[in-house]
Amino acid sequence: MSVQDLVDHGRIAPPLDPRKRFLRLTERNVVGYVRAWPILLTGVVEPFLYLLSIGIGVGALVGDVTYAGRQVPYETFVASGMLATAAMNGAVFDTTFNFFIRLRYAKLYDAILATPLEPRDVALGEVTWALMRGTFYSAAFLVTMALFGLTESWWAVAALPATVLIGAAFASIGLAGATYLRSFLDFDFVNLAITPMFLFSATFFPLSQYPDALATVIRFTPLYQGVALCRALTTGEVGVGLLVHVAYLLAMVAVGVAVASRRIDGLLRS
Amino acid sequence: MRMTQSVWRALERELLVFVRTWRGSAFTAVVQPVLFLLAMGIGLGGLIDDGAGSASVRLDYLDFVAPGLLAASALLAVAGEALWGVMGGVKWMGQFKGMVATPMTPGDVYGGLVLSAGVRAGAAAIAFLVVAAVLGGVSSLWAPLAIVAAVLLAIVTMSALSAYAVRKEDDRTFPLIMRLGVIPMFLFSGTFFPVEQLPEVVQPIAVLSPLWHGVEVARDATTGTVDGWTLLHVGVLVAIAAAALPFGVRGFERRLTP
Amino acid sequence: MVDGPLHPDALVRARGLTKAFGDFVAVDGVDFEVRRGEVFGFLGPNGAGKTSTMRMISCVSPSTGGELSVLHLDPRTDGPAIRSRIGVVPQEDNLDTELSVWDNFIVYGRYFGLPRRVLRERAQELLEFARLTDRRDDRVDPLSGGMKRRLTIARALINDPDLVLLDEPTTGLDPQARHLLWDRLYGLKRRGVTLIITTHYMDEAEQLCDRLVVMDQGRIVDEGSPRELIHRHVTPEVIELRFAEPAEQEAALSSAGEAAERIEVLADRLLLYTRDAEATHRALAERSIEPLTELTRRASLEDVFLALTGRTLEE
Ligand SMILES: Nc1ncnc2c1ncn2[C@@H]1O[C@H](COP(=O)(O)OP(=O)(O)OP(=O)(O)O)[C@@H](O)[C@H]1O
Ligand SMILES: [Mg+2]
Repeated sequence: MSVQDLVDHGRIAPPLDPRKRFLRLTERNVVGYVRAWPILLTGVVEPFLYLLSIGIGVGALVGDVTYAGRQVPYETFVASGMLATAAMNGAVFDTTFNFFIRLRYAKLYDAILATPLEPRDVALGEVTWALMRGTFYSAAFLVTMALFGLTESWWAVAALPATVLIGAAFASIGLAGATYLRSFLDFDFVNLAITPMFLFSATFFPLSQYPDALATVIRFTPLYQGVALCRALTTGEVGVGLLVHVAYLLAMVAVGVAVASRRIDGLLRS
Repeated sequence: MRMTQSVWRALERELLVFVRTWRGSAFTAVVQPVLFLLAMGIGLGGLIDDGAGSASVRLDYLDFVAPGLLAASALLAVAGEALWGVMGGVKWMGQFKGMVATPMTPGDVYGGLVLSAGVRAGAAAIAFLVVAAVLGGVSSLWAPLAIVAAVLLAIVTMSALSAYAVRKEDDRTFPLIMRLGVIPMFLFSGTFFPVEQLPEVVQPIAVLSPLWHGVEVARDATTGTVDGWTLLHVGVLVAIAAAALPFGVRGFERRLTP
Repeated sequence: MVDGPLHPDALVRARGLTKAFGDFVAVDGVDFEVRRGEVFGFLGPNGAGKTSTMRMISCVSPSTGGELSVLHLDPRTDGPAIRSRIGVVPQEDNLDTELSVWDNFIVYGRYFGLPRRVLRERAQELLEFARLTDRRDDRVDPLSGGMKRRLTIARALINDPDLVLLDEPTTGLDPQARHLLWDRLYGLKRRGVTLIITTHYMDEAEQLCDRLVVMDQGRIVDEGSPRELIHRHVTPEVIELRFAEPAEQEAALSSAGEAAERIEVLADRLLLYTRDAEATHRALAERSIEPLTELTRRASLEDVFLALTGRTLEE
């Protein structure tokens, strides 16, 4: 007998729509965070503080930098970089850390896989939640940038979906990576991957500061795609070339979700 | 006497764990600050030393930021461990409970944590200083005094934050501590730009930041401007640690005494 | 063991069901059938393969051989549909520690796609079922072990399942809570819910199960109702003899001879299986066997297990 026959005979309830099942996990995270909203709010504060410190404070030491063939105030330059890195950091650290604890210690997903949800729903649900949070943070950051006069074009509005994409890319890869972590100590590997990207993806100073060979390498790294995308949009230097960055980030999402789903399946359904 | 001879055994245990896991710790404590030094001191410094900005640090930016990063990394390396590490020790993994089943008192466990944070920060500071010197960010023979700044900051951070963490049932508030306490301290304690650049009304707040005192000591040391003020900053750090310790001992006793 | 025609109402049917972890075979070709409305038990010592079997039935662990159908569906292809109709109580509680007691019900119910309105009603009933009404808004972590267990069991009922799988449901409960839970499980059975439980406890199996299989080292060694199994493998009465010295036990064993139908030797005592305890006592006295303590009791599944495997359950 097929599932459909049984449903037709009223023997079982109609199954959840497989395409929407993952939203149930996202909903769980929303419920869990309703109590923790102050923490969610303080997440807005962190990039803002970086903006004040590095943008305004260090910016006063730097003056202008050359971007897209023109002089741009350092605050404007670095703010877009921080917009992208904040999207990455939010996605990687919140997602991987919580995911790891839920996977290895809290046994949350063991419970969930005993319900109609599948490993892919777990991966997608967590990524979706990371995006919701990330969108909120990025929107707050973008508004702050605009208020500080650090956006130079209406294209800046499109930086919001861009940060969502960056978040999705890093959350997906982060989830996949987190399934390989065995203990808290292994989080040093996460740092080992993130810190160099954070510092050297043309976030704080332009690629022109590097020797040419190094600059070329950096052009191929993941965070650079996000920084370049955000910076082009907030300064209005928009071109078709940006689609390459978008494609790169989309590929990260696809690979990350696929690997994470398989790994969750392998780990929890042995 | 609630901290006993066994505190040395606790220290030994902590250091043993460290030796076994040094790779990761070395990353947070040494590689990470060196990466920051390269990015900020050299990459960003290249832009700053043009002198095109409206403000100035009156030094090569590398010289300015190196001691700042040395001190700040002592704070950052220890903060996470003091919060989540302690929560892990009492709750998720429970190894502290195992330790107090031996002659070690809860105070010893705490003391061991604090001492080992100091020892490791000292080792990391030495490594960082060597790298900074090679890159040209150290210009005085007083520089080894900067190690004291790192050790004291690590002790202050561990004693205070673990005293807080051990009183908590879960890690919910920890991101808050990081975001509203540790990160602002990292960003506005004269690490990346002089405190004098802050608006005058908020400048006095820097005095409340242990990191600012640590940065001042380290910068006086590596740039060779040691004087009575340096000593005063050292005194402030010692005083904060001394104030936090009894609070921590009590916290560990309450949590770990069956 | 379930040769012959299929029982038409078999909710779970396994044939040659196998689970291997690498080279190690944890479940080794087992056959069984669970019928609608019954309480079915897996009884066996540590490592027998009970949990492995339960995980295959609950579609969270793929079988590595044989056939399995659950609610007339195939776990390999219809996992989500099967899981939507079953309730699972795992051996180790896996409550959502980030949520309150109440939200554990609601959120878990949402995984099944149930509307909140329905869930609020059911959660209220289940809170009472688990006797946790006054802990409704507390977080899960500070609950006692027994409370967590009751909550896990109640949570498994949120989707009003046709089939409930309980892996050692009463481990960690005090005797009172255990009896209460048995009571609740009878209640479910009366409502027509099919239950599968695993247990180490013989008394639990005897109390609850309509039918059970005894598992050992991945295989099913026998199957039947508790009474059938006792009848088949042991005598109605057992006399337990304990001695001060191992040497005394040796001596008693060699002279006891015909006093009982069968004698099992354990490290610390002798078990004498008999149809007539009075006669056996007399025979012992005649042979002047004088143990330290002498206990006469009814035979239980424990004895069945011993007879089937040559080992006690505690080993
Ligand atoms: N994921 C796994 N990988 C490897 N071996 C496993 C795995 N899970 C179970 N086993 C092994 O399979 C055997 C059966 O385990 P299982 O948990 O099914 O036993 P059980 O009857 O439930 O025992 P208990 O009464 O202790 O719960 C054991 O030897 C166990 O070590
Ligand atoms: Mg088991």
